Amino acid sequence: MEKDSKNYTTISIPTPLAKKIKERIKGTGFTSLSSYVTYVLREIISSEKEENDEAFTKEDEEKVRDRLRALGYLE
Amino acid sequence: MIKPHGGKLVNRLIKKKNIDLGGYKKFEISTNTSEDILNIANGIFSPLNGFLGNNDLNNILKDKRLEDDTPWTIPILIDFDKNDIKELKEGDTVVLTNKETGVTSLLDIEEIQDYDKKTLAQNVYKTKDENHPGVANIYNMKDKLVGGKITLYENKEREYDNYNLTPKETRFLFKEKGWNEIVAFQTRNPPHIGHEYVQKTALTFVDGLFINPIIGKKKSGDFTDDVILASYEALMKYYYPKERAVMSILRTSMKYAGPREAIHHAIMRKNFGCTHFIVGRDHAGVGDYYGPYDAHDIFSEFPDLGITPLFFRSFSRCTKCDSVVNDKICPHEQKYHVNFAGKKIRAILRDGKVPPEDMMRKEVSETILKFDKTFVE
Repeated sequence: MEKDSKNYTTISIPTPLAKKIKERIKGTGFTSLSSYVTYVLREIISSEKEENDEAFTKEDEEKVRDRLRALGYLE
Repeated sequence: MIKPHGGKLVNRLIKKKNIDLGGYKKFEISTNTSEDILNIANGIFSPLNGFLGNNDLNNILKDKRLEDDTPWTIPILIDFDKNDIKELKEGDTVVLTNKETGVTSLLDIEEIQDYDKKTLAQNVYKTKDENHPGVANIYNMKDKLVGGKITLYENKEREYDNYNLTPKETRFLFKEKGWNEIVAFQTRNPPHIGHEYVQKTALTFVDGLFINPIIGKKKSGDFTDDVILASYEALMKYYYPKERAVMSILRTSMKYAGPREAIHHAIMRKNFGCTHFIVGRDHAGVGDYYGPYDAHDIFSEFPDLGITPLFFRSFSRCTKCDSVVNDKICPHEQKYHVNFAGKKIRAILRDGKVPPEDMMRKEVSETILKFDKTFVE
């Protein structure tokens, strides 16, 4: 196991915004501007809707429905 | 329907009859590891499609995330004795089998690595103390880890399979029932009144309740799997609206990793199609290794988890309010509170007696007392 294999990248944001964020995170659990920006970006990325790749074939659907009926989960 | 963790439900199951696997080196693996294979193959551990390699493991230990930044907190590993794999190299394929689960799986070796057990224990369990059951398991592991994709070819029918739904099936079931928001409740105990209160409180705000007991290796003194399932059947039959609650098991071993395991439990329920997950006091804890609400606090590190935790504190019955309360909603002093202590209920049941009805439903107690073997020896 290596100590740190993660790669980081540098992004640029306007200095006045950075200052505001630094003020805002004082006294919170965020230890740096980077940790705050990472948190916010992760939140935004995860909230974006993706197409749900759950298409059942007709045969699949019948198979699953039959099993759920046999076990009493569906009537 | 909520998307699976990592975006896609993994399916590593190939049912092929009479397949010839004779050309590969074969290893008999532990039941727990074979259940990890089943959980990978059926998508419960999505997005994992095999056992972890070095980069993912390092990221999980350091950042609680896979290499691609997807939240993941519990390493899913397979260990080998160095002498058994000395002739193997990256790019080779081996067959993994287990008699109890009937698992026959291929493992494509992508990496063979050394690891430090103490570093692994400290990062996952926050302790190196061998008295912690999860740490003890790590110290008993063999000296090499192998990372790589698995392909499941076979597994056999087992007890409780009638309660065992895959994520594909639960997602279909929820859709058929017209449930958009589903709250999952994880358990390894029969339900007392406090559990019922938590489940019904959560259910009030969503469409359906998914009761998901963990079946598998437990500690001595834990309730047996039969007892847990039968007691929930009784509770659901008499006290839950049929169209609002379903129960299905989860076969996985408890790691007792407290906060990290709470995240892992939430991820698995997300893959089953649940949108919410109940996290109680000292979730997945053991002894006093974790603070009572560490498993709540850790969720703040994951704005991108994709499943909403519902935090519950411990509940008690207030004799003044004459109802179930917690410290947030009841103004009365502690002397009016009767705790739903699992230990207390267990002791009463161990003596063959029926716990008071304000602790456990009569139908549930009576169901439990019908069993000859109530606890794991």
